[in-house]
Amino acid sequence: MATRNSGGVAAERNPEKPGSESSASPVARTRGLSRSFGDHVVLDDLDLDIQRGEFVAMIGRSGTGKSTLLRALAGLDQGVSGELEVTAPVAVVFQEPRLVPWKKVWANVSLGLRTSDPRGVARSALEETGLAARADAWPLTLSGGEAQRAALARALVRDPGLLLLDEPFSALDALTRISTHGLVLSLWERHQPAVLLVTHDVDEALALADRVLVLADGQIAHSATITVDRPRDRDHPDLVSLRIRLLTELGVATRDVS
Amino acid sequence: MGGAAPIQHGRGATVPVSTRTPTTREDSPPEPTSGPGGLPIAGVTAASRTRTGRGWRHKGWLRLISPAAVLAIWQIISTTGVVSAQKLPSLTTLWSTAVHLITTSSPTYGTLQGAMAISLERVAIGFAIGGGFGLVLAIVAGLSRFGENTVDPIMQALRTLPLFGLIPVFIVWFGIGEAPKITLIALGAAIPLYLNTFAGIRGVDGKLAELGKVLGLRRSEMIRDIVLPGALPMILVGLRQSLGVAWLALVVAEQINASAGLGYIINQGETFLQQNVIFVALFVYLILGLLTDYIVRLIERRALTWRRGILEA
Repeated sequence: MATRNSGGVAAERNPEKPGSESSASPVARTRGLSRSFGDHVVLDDLDLDIQRGEFVAMIGRSGTGKSTLLRALAGLDQGVSGELEVTAPVAVVFQEPRLVPWKKVWANVSLGLRTSDPRGVARSALEETGLAARADAWPLTLSGGEAQRAALARALVRDPGLLLLDEPFSALDALTRISTHGLVLSLWERHQPAVLLVTHDVDEALALADRVLVLADGQIAHSATITVDRPRDRDHPDLVSLRIRLLTELGVATRDVS
Repeated sequence: MGGAAPIQHGRGATVPVSTRTPTTREDSPPEPTSGPGGLPIAGVTAASRTRTGRGWRHKGWLRLISPAAVLAIWQIISTTGVVSAQKLPSLTTLWSTAVHLITTSSPTYGTLQGAMAISLERVAIGFAIGGGFGLVLAIVAGLSRFGENTVDPIMQALRTLPLFGLIPVFIVWFGIGEAPKITLIALGAAIPLYLNTFAGIRGVDGKLAELGKVLGLRRSEMIRDIVLPGALPMILVGLRQSLGVAWLALVVAEQINASAGLGYIINQGETFLQQNVIFVALFVYLILGLLTDYIVRLIERRALTWRRGILEA
């Protein structure tokens, strides 16, 4: 059975707490994490550390357990075994915006917050994501990009130490995706949460992350650290060679590796 | 799409609610949640909503044409003698009968408005009790397996009982006063509200429940913010069906040993062979039924503003 660190639960109630801890301790840590559905092993003895403030991207083919790992970190999967510690408040942005359709945008953002001024708190988060003008709109009237920005504001307002992004850009059109990438980066730089971005888009991972993990057969098959300054030119030689490397890891034979 | 269809009341009784308004948007199966991911339907703009909204209001009078035609044909065939006035009194005759029943209190009938008040009171009390029970039991059954296993078998069994077959039993149990009438109405009203609310709660998107968990909602917040609003479209469908059944049960209950109320007026009209009076009382039932249905529709329009965009897309 997974053990969720009791300090982590306490920290979820008290966002100040993780800041007082030593910066060497990771915000999330797994050892020997496994999960299977019937005979199908999805996560196999997986070890992972995510450091405070680190932007980690995880890529992998469909069905390699990326989302399972993310759900385990979010506390949504009760069937995992091994060690699992999360020592910071967690917020999740799902692939679909998952806004509650009968609550106005601002009420979605502040849903579940224990604060005396939910509306004001929601409004300032929406201002950060550039959606303040739609605070009083119904979620079903938002465009895809707007809805995902509302979901980002909802995650942000919880002041997470660990932000889990489950393919949040995959349903967006190409232009909206680029501007949302920029938004996520600026929010990350301002608030400094650790981020775990699950994606199957290698270019997205290269544009955003400090570290790219390739998940295969339930384990981390490859890990690459990126030191190129942001905003990144996608033709930067380091990124070009890393792209080839990652695509090879993923088993995609797009071009000759010379 | 493919949300659960509204549960029809299982007694073969025609629920007046659904027959009166066959094509309005309120009758379409409610969509418990947003579409897949909410994205495909997110493109509905405010502009398109206002346009269709205004069009609906402008074309509202179109719905009056067919009832008006029926009334006109009625008036023509009764005044020209195609059907005898004894079988089908003309509308003008009915109008003067109604005026007479309202303005004069006869020992046989009392006054029409007095009878109306008594009938309304019976429906209100019976509906409040039955609807309240139906709603609470559905919440209990909807929120846990234990609740479902405890409550649902009993409710399903009650559903299959012929409501009006219980009248003799109720008379033995409760006598011939108000109690058997109220019980009949309450039982009739409880079932559709229970069934629809239960189905509505179970139809709430599991992804939203998962979201609530991630956001750290307490159980009470989960029920208030996610479960009940998600079930609301179905609850309102159940409410309309329940009101329909409540009126139906009232008509039947009042024709048995009532000494006041609209049903009593009908009985007296039958005894004294006054078709006019019977028709007037039936018209009052119809108007009251339409009125309560209209009230629920107003509630629906206010409470479900968030999903108007989908329905009018």
